[in-house]
Amino acid sequence: MEIKFTEENLKKLERSKSHYPTNDAALMDALWLAQYQFGWLSADVMKYVGSLLEIPYEHVLGVAEFYTMYNKKPVGKHHLQVCTNVSCMLCGGYDVVDYISNKLDIGLGETTPDGKFTLIEAECLGSCGTAPMMQINDYYEENLTKDKIDAILDKLAKTE
Amino acid sequence: MSDFEPIILRNIPDFHNIEVYMKNGGYGAFKKALKMTPEAIIEEVKSSGLRGRGGACFPTGMKWSFMPQKTDKPKYLCANGDESEPASFKDREIFEKNPHQFIEGTLIACHAMGIKTAYVYIRGEYYPWIVMLQKAIDDAYSKGLIGKNIMGSGFSTDIFIHRGAGAYICGEETALLNSIEGKRGMPRFKPPFPANFGLWGCPTTINNIETLANIPPIIEKGGEWFSKIGEPKHAGTLLYGLSGHINKPGIYELPSGTLLTDLIYKYGGGVKDNKAIKMIIPGGSSMPPLTADEIEGLRMDNEHLKTVNSYIGTGGIVVMNEDTDIVKVIKRITKFYYHESCGQCTPCREGCGWMLKILDRIDKGMGRNEDIELLRDVANNIEGNTICAFGDAAAWPVKWAIKKFMPDFEKKVKESVNLPVANKVHALRLAVQE
Ligand SMILES: Cc1cc2nc3c(=O)[nH]c(=O)nc-3n(C[C@H](O)[C@H](O)[C@H](O)COP(=O)(O)O)c2cc1C
Ligand code: SF4
Ligand code: FES
Repeated sequence: MEIKFTEENLKKLERSKSHYPTNDAALMDALWLAQYQFGWLSADVMKYVGSLLEIPYEHVLGVAEFYTMYNKKPVGKHHLQVCTNVSCMLCGGYDVVDYISNKLDIGLGETTPDGKFTLIEAECLGSCGTAPMMQINDYYEENLTKDKIDAILDKLAKTE
Repeated sequence: MSDFEPIILRNIPDFHNIEVYMKNGGYGAFKKALKMTPEAIIEEVKSSGLRGRGGACFPTGMKWSFMPQKTDKPKYLCANGDESEPASFKDREIFEKNPHQFIEGTLIACHAMGIKTAYVYIRGEYYPWIVMLQKAIDDAYSKGLIGKNIMGSGFSTDIFIHRGAGAYICGEETALLNSIEGKRGMPRFKPPFPANFGLWGCPTTINNIETLANIPPIIEKGGEWFSKIGEPKHAGTLLYGLSGHINKPGIYELPSGTLLTDLIYKYGGGVKDNKAIKMIIPGGSSMPPLTADEIEGLRMDNEHLKTVNSYIGTGGIVVMNEDTDIVKVIKRITKFYYHESCGQCTPCREGCGWMLKILDRIDKGMGRNEDIELLRDVANNIEGNTICAFGDAAAWPVKWAIKKFMPDFEKKVKESVNLPVANKVHALRLAVQE
């Protein structure tokens, strides 16, 4: 696959660059765009992003590695990020992890063989008042119960 | 629910909508501010007694007055919406329920400090709220409230969102600057302070989202009016967050100095299953925890919390019932700090790892008699010995939990020291397998 931003993403990147006095500052936005388009940040993707902004690959890599939300390896289509920090832990965050882990038969950091789900443990997601909760890709699922988790996962399993 | 009239989370349906906001007087304070001199605005904020809501409680008016008025360099404002301190979820509520009051406060701040560019730093996970705020910003641009020569005043300013990507440390103000510059979010040495040498070496002010959302009512109704709300030394309302073992978790905007017991029992509906309280975290995971004995009569503001050796922090209150395993909770919190340390300072980087290791073995029934003392030593060696306040944030929960909940630690250590040897070997095996 050729690594190249879509026209739309190139436009978005230009807009982002116009917000800052330096190209470097647009790097985080550029990495987000890349992650949305390519799914994860491979070395080739990072090199491409670096070339667009005239930033050395080593710098791009350093930034990508610093921030946990940039995926440095492929993840499943639905990235289940369950909060287990203090408020969620008190409300059953670890039970949610165990329940999903058993249901999908994967451990933390693992992906189902069909590539649909990856399960990870997350730090506080700022949703402590609606614990326990998880983030799935860009969205939050809050006040989780077993029934609710079943419904969410069943629905996601059916989507292409 | 509350007999108090909130000033940020107003009880007006669809207040997030710009038309509704403007119909209720929104952007009136900004219009008023445009006719005021920068000095007069800063004086008004000073007289209000407003203190930063990001955790450090620094007086906002004073912070603004540190910005040089005359300089050849561009100046910047950074609105801090990183909100990653565990148990904090208030700024998100502002993005959702009243984004325009925050935008208006940002515009007033820019005018007061002669700033032409403001960045709103928002944690990457808050994508849905980034979308909400961006919509509000776009609407304000299309009404001519942001941009060039705003309402013919000659004042121009832009507001841009900078999306983070998962790093608690980026909430620390100098790490946030590096992150906006597109670098790794490593805190910088201070001095130089951001007011003189911030973004790209230019004068910069960093304020929390809630801090800025307080500005429009201060300009509209005056600093004196604001200074009379709540506890005088910590004026205004606070967006208290209730979570943990509580019947009605959520964000409650109330005057500073509200009784903790009122927060828990009157607003929060009491402890789940009517249990007794064991421990309370008063303002985000970094703040020294409280015992049940310290709750009665305690007012929730920075001054009063100091009397029980703690602070208000972000106002995120975690309630834990009598069955809570304190060692497990502190271990989980420490795991967070271990994960989030940026690694620049040895005491923080190594210390967090050590504390986690010791807490883990105490928790798993393999603690040694000398472990509690060792744990306290490590925490003391982190505190005050690091580039940024993260070190203190990591050390405090451990240090104060040991001090206030010693019997809980001792009990676990004693149990493990008395464990038959065979059990210990078994526990060790399990730990290794993990
Ligand atoms: C480790 C660490 C994390 C922080 N996280 C945040 C945060 O998420 N949001 C915030 O407003 N302030 C945070 N702060 C405080 C900021 O450094 C800064 O004091 C604050 O944004 C200033 O705004 P204020 O004066 O309006 O409170 C953090 C500080 C430290 C040491
Ligand atoms: S105290 Fe910790 S987080 Fe702060 S600069 Fe040092 S290593 Fe980084
Ligand atoms: S502790 Fe889970 S969202 Fe805050």
